Amino acid sequence: MAKTKVLERKPLTFAEKTFLPQIVSGLKTTFGTMMQKGVTLQYPEERPNIPDNYRGVPTLVKDPNGREKCVSCQLCEFVCPPKAIRITPGEIDAEAEPDRAHVEKAPQEFEINMLRCIYCGLCQEVCPEEAIYLQDVFSLSGYSRGEMINKKEKLYELGGTLPDQHGKWDKKKAAEQAGNAH
Amino acid sequence: MELLDASLPYLLPIVYALAMISVFMGLCSYSVLAERKVSSWIQGRVGPNRTRLPLLGHIPILGNFLTRLGIFQPAADGLKFLFKEEIVPGHVNKFYYMLAPVVALAPALTTMVVLPFGRYVDVDGITQPLVLANVDLGMLIILGISSLGVYGIVLAGWASNSKYPFLGGIRASAQMISYELAMGLALLPVFMWAAFPGSDYGMSLFGAVQSQQTLWLFIWQPLSALIFLVALFAETNRLPFDMAESETDLVGGFHTEYGCFKFGLFFVAEYAHVIMGSALFVLLFLGGWNFLPGLADPWGDGLIGTLLSVAWFTAKVFAMIFFFIWMRWTLPRFRYDQVMSLGWKILLPLAVGNLVFNTIIIALYDTFTR
Repeated sequence: MAKTKVLERKPLTFAEKTFLPQIVSGLKTTFGTMMQKGVTLQYPEERPNIPDNYRGVPTLVKDPNGREKCVSCQLCEFVCPPKAIRITPGEIDAEAEPDRAHVEKAPQEFEINMLRCIYCGLCQEVCPEEAIYLQDVFSLSGYSRGEMINKKEKLYELGGTLPDQHGKWDKKKAAEQAGNAH
Repeated sequence: MELLDASLPYLLPIVYALAMISVFMGLCSYSVLAERKVSSWIQGRVGPNRTRLPLLGHIPILGNFLTRLGIFQPAADGLKFLFKEEIVPGHVNKFYYMLAPVVALAPALTTMVVLPFGRYVDVDGITQPLVLANVDLGMLIILGISSLGVYGIVLAGWASNSKYPFLGGIRASAQMISYELAMGLALLPVFMWAAFPGSDYGMSLFGAVQSQQTLWLFIWQPLSALIFLVALFAETNRLPFDMAESETDLVGGFHTEYGCFKFGLFFVAEYAHVIMGSALFVLLFLGGWNFLPGLADPWGDGLIGTLLSVAWFTAKVFAMIFFFIWMRWTLPRFRYDQVMSLGWKILLPLAVGNLVFNTIIIALYDTFTR
C-alpha cells in the first residue's frame, strides 16, 4: 500500500486572505495565454494534415497504367459489415483492352452507400487486388439520399491512381515477350 | 438666418447630445466585440473573424485585416437582434416586461450628461471641461442615476413571472444596495482632497481631474481606489460579481425570459455601465486626461490640444474596459453569500475606516499648516 504523506495545512497569511496576490497571478496567467499564438485551424481555408493510414471515404483506385484494379470478386461486398457495398460484375470491353478481356472481370457498377458505411476499412483489408482504399477524404455531403450513394465514376474520381508495387499486367507482358507466358 | 441664430442655443445642445449618444452606442457595440475577442484570445480561440461588409470588406489587404479582427461583427450582431421574431412569453406581465429593458438602458445613457471627456482653453485662457452639462454635483448625479439601473433588472426579474429571473432580480438588488454604500464612502475621501476649501470646483468631476495634475489619486489613495474598483465591478454586474445573471445556477438570470431586441437592450445596458464605470474610474483615480503623473498637460491650447486630451482620455478608458474584460475571463464567480459578506463585512468597514483616517489626516494637515 502506498505510503500516504499528510501535508500540513498552514493557515492563510494576511496577503492570501485578501485574495489580491492570487488575483494578480491569475491575471498574469490569462494575459500570458492571450499573448500566445493560437492553435486554431481556420478550417475551410486551412486543412489538417491527414496521416497516411487515415480511414476516410472508401474509394476505388486505378493502377499507374490507368487500368481498373477491381476484378469484381465481391469479397468486399461480402465482408462489409453494414452491407454498404453493392457490386454488379461485368465484362471488360474486348476492343479497349484486348489483353485483359476474357481474363479478368471488372465491375459494371460499383456502389458504396455512404449513409451505411462505417469506415471500418474491412473492404480495404480484404481486397486481393488492392483496388479499394480508404483515403484522406473526410467531409462528404449531399442534398439527397441518392447523392450519398457513391457510384463507380465518383469512386474512381475520388480514388485516382495509386502507385502499384506488384505490376501484375506488366509482369505478364514481360513474361510473354520472354516466351514463357504461363 | 435670424431664425437659425435664434434657435442655435436650443439646437446645439441637442446636436451635441445626439453626437455623444451615437459615439457612446458605437463604443457599446464595439466593447461587445472587444469582449468576444479578448475572451477568445484568453481562451486560446480566435473569436469572430468571418463577418464581412460588401465594399469595405473587399479592399485588398485592409479588408481582410479588418475582417479577421471582426470589425464588422457588431453590425451583424445588432441586425440579428433587430430581425429576430419578438417573442413575449404568455406568463409575463406585459407592460413591465416591455418597460424593463428601457429602464435598464436609460440610466446608463443619462449619466453621460455630466461626464467630462476632455478639456479646452476658452478665449479668456481658462481651462474648461468638454462636457454636456458642467454641474457642480456631477458625481452625485452619476451615483444617483446609475443606481436606478438596478430597477431595470428588478423589474425584468419580477415581470418575467418565473423563478430564475426572479432570483436574479432579487440578487441584483441586494448586491447593488450593499455595494452602493461602500462605493459612496470610498469616493468621499477623493472629494475631501479634491474640493478643498476655496477650490472652484466643488463636487464636479472636472475638479477631481484638475486636482490630479501633479499626482494621480490612484497612487496616493490606493485603498479608496481598490474599494471603488471592487464596488464598480459589483455595480456593473460583471464577473466575479454577476449574481444577477450567473448562468451556471440561474440559466440567464434576470434576462432568462428575454429574447431578440429586448435582450439586446439589456446587453447594451451592461456594456454602457461598463464604459461609464471605466470612464468614472479614469476620471477619479487615473487622472482623467492628464498625461502622466507630474506631467499634466503637455498639449497646447488650440484645437489639437483639445483633441489630444480627448484621445488620451479615451485611450485610458479603453485600457480600463480591457481591464474589466480581462478580469471577467480570469476570475470565477463568488458565491452569493461570499459576495454579501465581502460587501458588508469587509468593504464597508474598510471604506468607513478609510474615510475616518483621511478625515484625521486632513484635520491634522489643516491644524499644523495654518
